[in-house]
Amino acid sequence: MENTARVKSEEMVGRIDGRLMKNKVVKGIFLTATIFTSIILVVLLYRIISQGAPYLSWDFFQNFASRRPEQAGIKAAVIGTLWMMSVVIPTAAILGVGTAIYLEEYAKKSALTRWIQMNISNLAGVPSVVFGLLGLTIFVRVFGFGNSVLAAGFTMALLVLPVVIVAAQEAIRAVPNELKEASYGLGATKWQTIYRVVLPYAIPGIATGSILAFSRAIGETAPLIVVGIPTFVAFLPSGYLDSFTALPMQIYNWTSRPQLEFHNLAAAGIIILLGVLILMNSVAVWIRNRYQAR
Amino acid sequence: MKPVKVLTLSALLGSALVMGACGNNADNGAATGDDAEGQTDAGDAQLQGEISIDGSSTVYPIAEAVAEEFMLEQPDVKVTVGLSGTGGGFEKFIAGETQMSNASRPIKEEETKALEEAGVDFTELELAYDGLSVVINKDNDWVDQLTVDELKKMWLDNGQVKKWSDIREGWPAEEIKFYSPGTDSGTFDYFDEVILDGGQIDKSATLSEDDNVLVQGVTGDKNSIGYFGYAYYLENKDNLKVVPIVNGEGTAVEPNAETIESGEYEPLSRPLYTYVSNAAIKDDEAVAAYTQFTLENAAMLAEDVGYVSLPEEKYTEQLKTLEGLK
Repeated sequence: MENTARVKSEEMVGRIDGRLMKNKVVKGIFLTATIFTSIILVVLLYRIISQGAPYLSWDFFQNFASRRPEQAGIKAAVIGTLWMMSVVIPTAAILGVGTAIYLEEYAKKSALTRWIQMNISNLAGVPSVVFGLLGLTIFVRVFGFGNSVLAAGFTMALLVLPVVIVAAQEAIRAVPNELKEASYGLGATKWQTIYRVVLPYAIPGIATGSILAFSRAIGETAPLIVVGIPTFVAFLPSGYLDSFTALPMQIYNWTSRPQLEFHNLAAAGIIILLGVLILMNSVAVWIRNRYQAR
Repeated sequence: MKPVKVLTLSALLGSALVMGACGNNADNGAATGDDAEGQTDAGDAQLQGEISIDGSSTVYPIAEAVAEEFMLEQPDVKVTVGLSGTGGGFEKFIAGETQMSNASRPIKEEETKALEEAGVDFTELELAYDGLSVVINKDNDWVDQLTVDELKKMWLDNGQVKKWSDIREGWPAEEIKFYSPGTDSGTFDYFDEVILDGGQIDKSATLSEDDNVLVQGVTGDKNSIGYFGYAYYLENKDNLKVVPIVNGEGTAVEPNAETIESGEYEPLSRPLYTYVSNAAIKDDEAVAAYTQFTLENAAMLAEDVGYVSLPEEKYTEQLKTLEGLK
């Protein structure tokens, strides 16, 4: 009797050891993953900042591109990117959230909507060059916008649209049914429910997803090259049909130059790009916190 | 009511961006206005207009330099320069979207044909020379010079791994590592045509659109060989060794400003081109002035950015051609 009991408890101890071991190994794997990612990020940031920071000056913001690295600036690219985003954000947000509301709240779940849904998800995976070609054909040539802010902005809006739609759908789907039913129960119409119950609840999620998508639009180079956005522009756009250049175009050009000084300028440009991204992400965080606090 | 606030917010944000941009622009406009006045007093003709240029990224540094200098003199002519690549540039030139198209190789027959069909008459202008430089690792002490035949034997794909000893006896039996510009570039096209007669480049070659990647590749591997524009060699000559190439007369020549300009460094010297629309020169004073400015300053500006100028008379000749087009 005594003997078997001891064996049993030894077996149990053995199994617990195994589980504890597994627990440790798994924790180790996750920790390594985190450390590895962090190290890469730190090395990358360190390299870019140590290379680019000495080149950040007021002149760098004030000057246009130049063949002389010490005179080259990023003014046209920064302002150009802001102009482009002023087309991308409203276009993608209105179309994206609108589509998501329709698909989630109005559309009947039929084979057709499932088919549309599947296509939207697939579009999110289409290479950005393809969107560039689409933009070149439709916006630049058929609509005759030329290589303007409008053409590039619409192209980028299309590129990020699928991601905005999917993010908005997820956020809307996460709204508890009880809230909506309560609203209907009080006699609210569908629109009133969407407007006063669904959207306020979903906005933090929509904002987070959309800002990630817009960040992608800031960093993409390939569609801009295909659309024919120039790199040397020594003036600022004065309207949406003007030519412009954008940050990634200028950075791409500087990295491919033979002279080392231009590579450092590219690093300085990347710091600016990161700055713009951080600014946009903080707006998203601010919106999220504001709405979650309610 | 909260969503309304967010919408207003994003609308405000959007318009703030635009207004900010506009504000800047207004300042800029005023400044250029003053400049223009000052210069009119001095008696210079101020032109207005828009010129869009696209094409080869190899020619881009020269085009950028010309545009930069031109806009200092004519701030109301808005010049934009893109870098879609030689082929991409021609596509836009054919569509009539650009007035000038930069190219690091002569125009192809099918491109000429498409331009004819589109009714675009054009003139080919040479801006500068580039000497494709064949480079090896600093520690490579066996290669002293190469002939075109040896280059061909080396780079042409024969389905097998090639060793240095396969090219010339006495060289080490180590595998050769190849670094070449990507197949979309005019540089690749030129090398492929001149050295490989249009054949298949060794399939083990590392191809990159970014020449700096090639520089790093060759710097890091003793058994490597690569080629790219002269400017990239010049900028990295402390870390690389350039190979003298035996020319048609049987002498091994190293690329440098003199040998490239005189044509002694051949066959790897190539001209860099810009193609300009005749109609644009005729109808648009700004384009005519810009083209003239380009030819007058290309020699100095090309050397500024690491290329080699053409002999003086070539520019004069082309300026004469331009006069005939106006």
